[in-house]
Amino acid sequence: MEHERLNFKDRIIKGKWIGKLFLVMIALLAIWGIGSKAIYNPQLFIQQIINGLQLGFVYALIALGYTMVYGIVRLINFAHGDVFMVGAMVSYFAVGVFHLQQWPSAVFPGIPLYLSLTIGTITVILLSMIVCAILAMVIEKIAYKPLRNAPRISALITAIGMSFFLEYFGALPFVFTPNFIPYKRPFDIVTWYVNNGVHQLQAGKAPPQGSVIFSNILLIIVLVTIILVLALTYIVQRTKVGKAMRASSYDKATSRLMGINVDGIISITFAIGAALAGAGGVLYATAYPSVFFWMGMIPGLKAFIAAVLGGIGSIPGAFVGALIMGQAEVLAAGYISTPMRDAISFSILILVLLIRPTGIFGEPEAEKA
Amino acid sequence: MKIQRSTLAFWVPFIGLLVLVQVLSSVGILSNFWVTLLKIGAVMSIICLGLNLIYGFNGQFSLGQWGFYAIGAYAGADITYRWTQLHSASGLVVVLLVVLLVALAFILVSKLMSRLRGLDTLSGFTLYIIGLLMAAVIAIFIGRYLINPITNLLNLLPLNIASQIVFFFAVLLGGGVAAEVSYIFGFPVLTLGSDYFGIATLGFSIIVKVLLDNSDTLLGFEEMKGARGMIGIPKMTSWIWVSIFLVIVIIVTRNLLHSTHGRAIISVREDEIAAKAMGINISQQKTITFVLGSFFAGLAGALYAHVNGFLHPNTFSFIKTFDPMIIIVFGGLGSVTGTVAAAFTWALVLEGLLRLVLPQGFETWRYVIYPLLLLVLMLLRPQGLFGTFEFPYLRQILPPIFQPRNSAKPTETVNEIPGDGA
Repeated sequence: MEHERLNFKDRIIKGKWIGKLFLVMIALLAIWGIGSKAIYNPQLFIQQIINGLQLGFVYALIALGYTMVYGIVRLINFAHGDVFMVGAMVSYFAVGVFHLQQWPSAVFPGIPLYLSLTIGTITVILLSMIVCAILAMVIEKIAYKPLRNAPRISALITAIGMSFFLEYFGALPFVFTPNFIPYKRPFDIVTWYVNNGVHQLQAGKAPPQGSVIFSNILLIIVLVTIILVLALTYIVQRTKVGKAMRASSYDKATSRLMGINVDGIISITFAIGAALAGAGGVLYATAYPSVFFWMGMIPGLKAFIAAVLGGIGSIPGAFVGALIMGQAEVLAAGYISTPMRDAISFSILILVLLIRPTGIFGEPEAEKA
Repeated sequence: MKIQRSTLAFWVPFIGLLVLVQVLSSVGILSNFWVTLLKIGAVMSIICLGLNLIYGFNGQFSLGQWGFYAIGAYAGADITYRWTQLHSASGLVVVLLVVLLVALAFILVSKLMSRLRGLDTLSGFTLYIIGLLMAAVIAIFIGRYLINPITNLLNLLPLNIASQIVFFFAVLLGGGVAAEVSYIFGFPVLTLGSDYFGIATLGFSIIVKVLLDNSDTLLGFEEMKGARGMIGIPKMTSWIWVSIFLVIVIIVTRNLLHSTHGRAIISVREDEIAAKAMGINISQQKTITFVLGSFFAGLAGALYAHVNGFLHPNTFSFIKTFDPMIIIVFGGLGSVTGTVAAAFTWALVLEGLLRLVLPQGFETWRYVIYPLLLLVLMLLRPQGLFGTFEFPYLRQILPPIFQPRNSAKPTETVNEIPGDGA
């Protein structure tokens, strides 16, 4: 770095003002595009923010899996989005076909309905998480473990192959069928509107003009995500397994010398990430009630982008990145251009990478092949 | 001029095969189905040679190849569409002028940038965008006055020949547009580290796909018809055209890799810092490869557009971005022979053989078998089907790629400078 003082003329020639002006122009355009419409209808703006939160929290659950796996094995696990799809599918079968959410009232006939539904929903989420965790461990065993010492690209190609396999195997007529399947929620949706206080919205009625609506789905998504993220933080920061994970992601060879079973830790990391994705799959399907063998592709990609935005390998980064991604997507769709929503969120990613090449929370690293 | 034996040993069988396909198809032994598949295989080889240049030889993990392919396809298709359907050379003239003037603008801006040393990437990018916009506006302004004369000039020729000329330029300009877009996109993005570069280019592919979905409303090209798909493109990609372009691309790749630039490109893959220490301009080498690789992708796109006469944005969805990547890894990274062989295998096996071999009603199974094959191949032969095998003509004396540094066997002696060790 040069520390010499530049005079005014040199500063004009050598300064970074052109690039900064460019960024400021883009930011002003975005603020103008959103703000001019938001001022006239603040309720709609708040509504969009709430919708963005709902999306962002689901993305966060998926992004955490990406970021943990990348942090430990430096592999972009493209099959993660499809694990998310499997989670949603498992909950579809559990709820729609086997009515698993009703088991408490079937076993203990006298218990109140809300308690029964709460326990039932938790069971469905746990079931999806367990199935996804086992699936991810199997995938890791078959596809990634034999390639641990091969070039990184081979593992990436098997990840893509695994992703294709899960999708197209799921599309077979006797598995999930290649159609959109309407999803039955494990609980009934309850909607409230905020207009001079919080009121419950009666079924089949429109809320009064200028009110903000939110539903119990939003509350459940936020609650479940926060609980899971706190649990994850506890595991990573406070337990022995978490310590081993952090050590392995820092230096695998030395961790092995210290007596850490690195392969086991990698397997556990995959399982934890997949469990979060499975929970995300259930929540995503309850929020946008339709399941489809390809549903994991786009949310998976968005979540991955969110992880990169926050700095891949960093857990708080993935969370913050996912929230930004959710907001960006919803605000771009609502205020700038609906069809351009994906293009706008990816442009944001590219811009952020240009300003901070390792993401918002990422540590600058000297990368060597 | 003496022609070496290895040159003949490569070109005689290769050209022979290309001619054989042409003869068989004109006689009628090869059905249209197989010829179309072979054309797609050749198009795929051109894309993959481009990607192999970027990733296999220069080590830049690019997932944006499919985006440049899409740009080339739509640019080329637009030119011939306007010629055959609207009977005007407006597409040809305007795109040609835009490509030329934008190239001029890029040269001027890069001159200006070298004058103003110490300009950061983002500022440079802004200058390039300003240059691009100005050049495009001027080109469209001038182009308006040139459309009629050039249309009349082309009308003097017999229709068949004029169409072939327009087609040839359409393919070249498809590549040119892709190359220029890759230049301006690569300028800031090539500074990123490998995985981040991959993600940024993946984002680029998705942005291109979204733009094409809305090409009629947002971009204002009504003939592209957005997400409904572009129809009415003349089916002009004959096997001869495809072969000519494939041969040109192979020659360019081979000669580039055998030149000083080629060695510099490969040195960037092996070790950036060491390459820099040897006085190689890393960003220049990266830009050259990226632009050339994207140029090939654009060529291939324009050729593909005229195979079926129909383009749909879903053809360019980001999931397919992985196909070229899979093919080059499948064929062996950094192997020209492997890439071409793998591209043809991919096209013929996936679309042709699996469709014929599988019983009725089981066609969807081929996308289940395909990833399984991929998994098995990666587990058994992580270095790809051909590894680093090359025909002697294409072969280059280089250390084997992507091996752990201590086990790599140097096949090339490096002249050590005495007294430089301290």
